[in-house]
Amino acid sequence: MTSATTTSVSLDVRDVHLAFGPNRVLRGVDLSVPRGATACVIGPSGSGKSTLLRTINRLIEPDRGDVLLDGRSVLGDDPDALRQRVGMVFQQFNLFPHMSVLRNVTLALRRLRKLDADEAETVARAQLELVGLAGKANSRPAQLSGGQQQRVAIARALALRPEVMLFDEATSALDPELVKGVLGVMADLSAAGMTMVVVTHEMGFARQVADTVAFMDRGVVLEAGPPEAIFERAEHPRLRRFLDQVL
Amino acid sequence: MDPLSTLWETFFDWDAMREALPEMLTVGLPNTLILAVSAALLGSVLGLLLAVAGISRSRWLRWPARVYTDVFRGLPAAATILLIGVGLAPLGMQVWGPDPYPLGILALSLIAAAYIGEIFRSGIQSVEAAQLEGARALGFSWADAMRLVIIPQGIRRVLPAWVNQLIALIKDSSLVYFLGLVASQRELFRIGQDYAATTGNESALLLAGLCYLALTVPLTHVVNWIDRRLRNGRPATASTEEDDDDTASYAATEGDRR
Repeated sequence: MTSATTTSVSLDVRDVHLAFGPNRVLRGVDLSVPRGATACVIGPSGSGKSTLLRTINRLIEPDRGDVLLDGRSVLGDDPDALRQRVGMVFQQFNLFPHMSVLRNVTLALRRLRKLDADEAETVARAQLELVGLAGKANSRPAQLSGGQQQRVAIARALALRPEVMLFDEATSALDPELVKGVLGVMADLSAAGMTMVVVTHEMGFARQVADTVAFMDRGVVLEAGPPEAIFERAEHPRLRRFLDQVL
Repeated sequence: MDPLSTLWETFFDWDAMREALPEMLTVGLPNTLILAVSAALLGSVLGLLLAVAGISRSRWLRWPARVYTDVFRGLPAAATILLIGVGLAPLGMQVWGPDPYPLGILALSLIAAAYIGEIFRSGIQSVEAAQLEGARALGFSWADAMRLVIIPQGIRRVLPAWVNQLIALIKDSSLVYFLGLVASQRELFRIGQDYAATTGNESALLLAGLCYLALTVPLTHVVNWIDRRLRNGRPATASTEEDDDDTASYAATEGDRR
């Protein structure tokens, strides 16, 4: 789907701890995602899934532990430079409503990648084409459906040629009929070899697309493994209870 | 003469108006515009700096901004203009001579900045935290995220309140007459007042009032138009034109969605 895949790297989260005051949100999380693999993180709300994603690109700094890209710790890197290597897609899209779709995608290309206007537009249009929205370049985000907005957000992240992609409940805010299109784009990206961490409530997606499924509860990964193992042969009682409720 | 026609004559003496009109348009209007436009520009730039200082994480920026705003919002405009215009006059004398205009503009700007700063700050703070997170996640620094994403959205949200302040500024510009203007520096109000004083008829003052309305009323509508345009983007096709109302209300409620 995109040449970004050739540059994807492995991701390792090691014993990450984080507390907001007395509230220990992450209590030693480990997660290993080989280069080009997709890890889905499932679990009840409040289990720390979204916070975990934010410690990976250091929107939130972990108190303890380590995050490695391609085997090298990124905690000493410039966070802004790190975030250009790690794309992120949010539940609420977080598109910039005061800019056209095209400008949403070109902004970082021009300001951070220092491409000139024509180059940036070429890259952006190609990326919008890949998510099926070439015709919407001049629209404002508010004129698009939620599903289209989320695909723009994916294009915006991919335009920077990230080495890892993080998805934070990317379809949770969408009307049911729009979920499929976004999941399709994500599945394509996974198949093309992007290293991905996907926090999701879409168990069907996790089952079909993930290489690894990690079940988080109360700030730790309780159980992780290939989808068949997690969905068919869950060991931990809390995971079994969770699956009973969502499946 | 019956009281009613006396009243009519006092305010609507066409000859008095016709007499005042040329000077009103060639001297008064340009001077009012010079005062108001310069103070609007300077006041908005200062206001933006105050707004950013006001939301800074550093108390060394936050506190001075707070104190400044309280002082310049709390003083009567006339007092501020006199304090600065007269108080700094010796200093001004050395820099640009006896012209009271620069100090008048400075005083008007400092007052406007206090209000505009608060308007901009409330707009900037109304932008969802998710917007900052979205920009930071792309790799923008805090400063770039504020400059490119947060501040433009925040200011667009408060354009109508900003225009209120510009209207107040246009009206307050009449107060610089305290500083003693020579004939060629008189703005709309002063010219109207001078005519009224010499003729004992208020019609010239009423004419000055109409000139103010001719500035302030269109300003409101122009900015409302800009406001709509910014919300919806350029009308690209006929179909987006039809959707205008929907998208406008959608954009207006956008802040509540989260």
